[in-house]
Amino acid sequence: MRNMAGQVAEYHCPGCGYVYDESLGDDHEGYPPGMPFAELPDDFVCPACSVRYKEDFVSAKPA
Amino acid sequence: MYLAIETPDNGPVTYRDNKRWFWLLSLVNPLIPFVGIAGQVATGSALWLLAPLGLMFLMGPLLDWLFGEDENNPPEVLVPQLEKDTYYRILTYLTVPLHFVVFFGCAIWVGTQDLPWWGFLSLTVAVGFADGFAINTGHELGHKRTRLETTLAKIVLAVPAYGHFWIEHNRGHHRDVATPEDPASSRMGESIYKFARREIPGAFHRAWMIEHERLCRKKVPVWSFNNEILQSYLLTAVMQIGLVATFGWIMIPFLVIHNFFAWWVLTSANYIEHYGLLRNTQEDGRYERCQPYHSWNANHKYSNLLLFHLQRHSDHHANPTRRYQSLRHFDGLPSLPSGYYGMYIVAYIPWLWYKMMDPRLLALPHIDGDLKSINVDPHERQRLYAEYGRASG
Ligand SMILES: [Zn+2]
Repeated sequence: MRNMAGQVAEYHCPGCGYVYDESLGDDHEGYPPGMPFAELPDDFVCPACSVRYKEDFVSAKPA
Repeated sequence: MYLAIETPDNGPVTYRDNKRWFWLLSLVNPLIPFVGIAGQVATGSALWLLAPLGLMFLMGPLLDWLFGEDENNPPEVLVPQLEKDTYYRILTYLTVPLHFVVFFGCAIWVGTQDLPWWGFLSLTVAVGFADGFAINTGHELGHKRTRLETTLAKIVLAVPAYGHFWIEHNRGHHRDVATPEDPASSRMGESIYKFARREIPGAFHRAWMIEHERLCRKKVPVWSFNNEILQSYLLTAVMQIGLVATFGWIMIPFLVIHNFFAWWVLTSANYIEHYGLLRNTQEDGRYERCQPYHSWNANHKYSNLLLFHLQRHSDHHANPTRRYQSLRHFDGLPSLPSGYYGMYIVAYIPWLWYKMMDPRLLALPHIDGDLKSINVDPHERQRLYAEYGRASG
């Protein structure tokens, strides 16, 4: 999935498969829809497994 | 039941889980305190109330010794099939009501029977231990991403009055494990009694901070039903106040002792799971990622069956969302000389624990006798360096 500017907008946890989709945000964690991955806090850890840091996340490959 | 898959490289791969039906033991475990009540009903002797504790702490180490270890792993290509098999998760769901049954069953027994003080104490401690394993069930469920499983985690954690556990554990302990900052990782030279005084308040504080941050991001009040810690506590309060209202003052010592020993089971597990292990600090100032050698493991069959493979702890920390039936053994990892039951008893006798574990810790390949690679209790640092430190420092 890409955002309106045509950029990749999905970020995957390489460990557990959790996906942060910028268009959806993460309601449970308090990240509103449309919140860019880059703006997540620096100490963001994967909400599912907690053992992968923000810089570990990989953006979805362009289709 | 066989699992099978056709792989392009290795042809057909098959796997049969030789523990499959033995996992049913996890349903027996919470009910052990009922042995005491059943025995008392059958014979009229309150001596039977001593049996549940005996069963837990004599049978546990004995059966671990008798049945030995199991190093069997499922082939990785079949893990997705194994994880989809609903049989395994149904067992975790079923243990949830069992913890309520044993808790209320024993509360009613204590509340309605005239028991000698030692019978009361022994049964209450046994229920506490049995419900400590509710934290183990909450652990397995709380790591999963389905709404059903996290809800069941909150519900079962209400029995031991430890609703903050899954937040503290998932988001705190897994992040900070094997560092001096982690209240749930024990340090070399720290006895379990000292550890408990750091772990129990530390865990509560960290959970509250994590939940506080999340609720602030969501812009909802911390003191609201959105607070997932308070959701579980509310259920605890309803149950425990209800028992006091129904059976009177006798429920107060019952609940205090029950809650304490349920927490103590978790303290015991936390104490032995990462004793002395330390993650290095990287150049960017962060700790290195948790490695397999940052956890102690046990492959003992019996205790693993009761604990949903909790003792395959390295794989759990590497892959926290992996389901219990898929957790793997790896060669060459820090390993405990016995299963958790046996190690709990050792931990309760600090000099014996140090005697058994300190040399084992120092001998780990990645430590190789270097105290700088160990999470050492700062108050014991001088003594331990004098005892084990290298001349070169
Ligand atoms: Zn993850």
